[in-house]
Amino acid sequence: MKLVIAIIKPFKLDEVRDALTAIGVHGMTVAEVKGYGRQKGHTEIYRGAEYAVNFLPKVRIEVAIPDGQADRVVETIASAAKTGQIGDGKIFVTDISRAVRIRTGETDNDAL
Amino acid sequence: MTTRASRSGIAIRFGIAAIASFAASPAFAQASKIDPADTAWMIVATAFVLMMTLPGLALFYAGMVRKKNVLATMAQSLVAVGLCSILWFAVAYSLTFSGDGPVIGTFDRIFLKGIGLETAHALAPTIPEILFVMYQMTFAVITVALVAGSVADRMRFSAFVWFAAGWLLLVYVPLAHWVWGGGFLQAAGVLDFAGGTVVHLNAGVAGLVAAYVLGARRGYGSDNLAPYDLSLAVIGTGLLWVGWYGFNGGSALGANSRAVFAIVATHLAACAGALTWMFLEWWTRGKPSVLGMISGAVAGLGTITPASGFVLPWQGLLIGIIAGAVCFWACTKLKQKLGYDDSLDVFGVHGVGGLTGTLLTGVFAAGVLSATPEAPAGLTGLLEGNARQVLIQAYGVVVTIIWSGVLTWGLLKVIDMFAPLRVSQQSEIEGLDISQHGEALQ
Repeated sequence: MKLVIAIIKPFKLDEVRDALTAIGVHGMTVAEVKGYGRQKGHTEIYRGAEYAVNFLPKVRIEVAIPDGQADRVVETIASAAKTGQIGDGKIFVTDISRAVRIRTGETDNDAL
Repeated sequence: MTTRASRSGIAIRFGIAAIASFAASPAFAQASKIDPADTAWMIVATAFVLMMTLPGLALFYAGMVRKKNVLATMAQSLVAVGLCSILWFAVAYSLTFSGDGPVIGTFDRIFLKGIGLETAHALAPTIPEILFVMYQMTFAVITVALVAGSVADRMRFSAFVWFAAGWLLLVYVPLAHWVWGGGFLQAAGVLDFAGGTVVHLNAGVAGLVAAYVLGARRGYGSDNLAPYDLSLAVIGTGLLWVGWYGFNGGSALGANSRAVFAIVATHLAACAGALTWMFLEWWTRGKPSVLGMISGAVAGLGTITPASGFVLPWQGLLIGIIAGAVCFWACTKLKQKLGYDDSLDVFGVHGVGGLTGTLLTGVFAAGVLSATPEAPAGLTGLLEGNARQVLIQAYGVVVTIIWSGVLTWGLLKVIDMFAPLRVSQQSEIEGLDISQHGEALQ
């Protein structure tokens, strides 16, 4: 099993969700996060006082899937979340050692 | 017929009861004709001006602080309303508006003594005196609440409560008496229609002094102190703007054309101030900010205040343009040069605006607006050949700056001896909401 973690631009969330649903991904976890990469931050000015804002708002998506689907999910997220502008985000894939569905007690692939 | 008869019966009985109850009171001598239209308008105007503080100023200020200090900032406006209203009825009104001594009023109206259904104040002979008390109360309240903006994010709440009470009685009351209540500035001919000196310059100078006495916020100049939610500040500005119709229009103390002219000048000044600040920012910084637009609007409103009942619409517009430019300069350049941390620019917007507007009143005052059958020439300014009025206005400005500056400084130093003015460093980092009030926005 794989865990795909994607950090994307907030306004791309709906497109990514629709694209993942279309390829049969049934669930995901989403969180509003802040961070920066190559995009760095931006400057805000309030009555002449300039503030550097380092952390920009992003959305973090987590999708747990069987091993075979990982590449397709990564490609789908990458194409749906892409604008071509700096700050589009990143995708990470890690292994999941165990999964449990709390309601039924099913485990591993059955729990996904 | 029966209806009319019974109505007049009630009227007669009421009249007898009124005479019976007021004959004993010395205030009966001031009995005058209460005008229903004037009374209705002044009730509305009173409500409008209270709305400027709650929720207007509370939202305007709270939107500009950080999330951890939003409730604490609103608490300052709330306590100013509660405390200063009660003090006003107890003693402050009497000291401000009864008697016409050059320095201070009398205790004749303490706890509203002698005020009945038929009494009126000489300044507003066509409305009940109790309404005049209430209307003027809303001015005292908002002036105290205005000062709080300069020390937002760092003043201890208990120290602010002491300050609010002390400042109202020591600083506001004498100044309001001098300018409006028959004191020496009024006798000298200082023109201040709705509070350029008494409210805005007074609060602005006090704010500047308080910012110096308390010192800058932690992280000023290095950390990100950006506003939490400017949409709250926009709502607050809207409420202030509308409320200002009552502030300046109500200062005509009657439902008349002068009130409407004051409202028109006020509105045009707000519009011109907002646009001027917006274009200056656009030009110098590349982007027109929402904070800039609302700052310009409030600058225009504060600046037109002393002039509102003395100037024509086009002059109000011009005053608004000047206000937008001067206050923009004060908030972005002067503040940096002097290095003080006036958190929400009470001095840059209200102080500088009040000063500018008071002087410009001496330039623009158009006699036609203040003309009466007894004085058909009205009160005029430089443009109508009365250059001396500018000097009289400058005199009022200088007295206000010295009085407000020195007394505010002294008062804060005294309070600091028994109630430290500033929160601890830890509390400031944690936020005033949780450290002062035990609450927080989630």
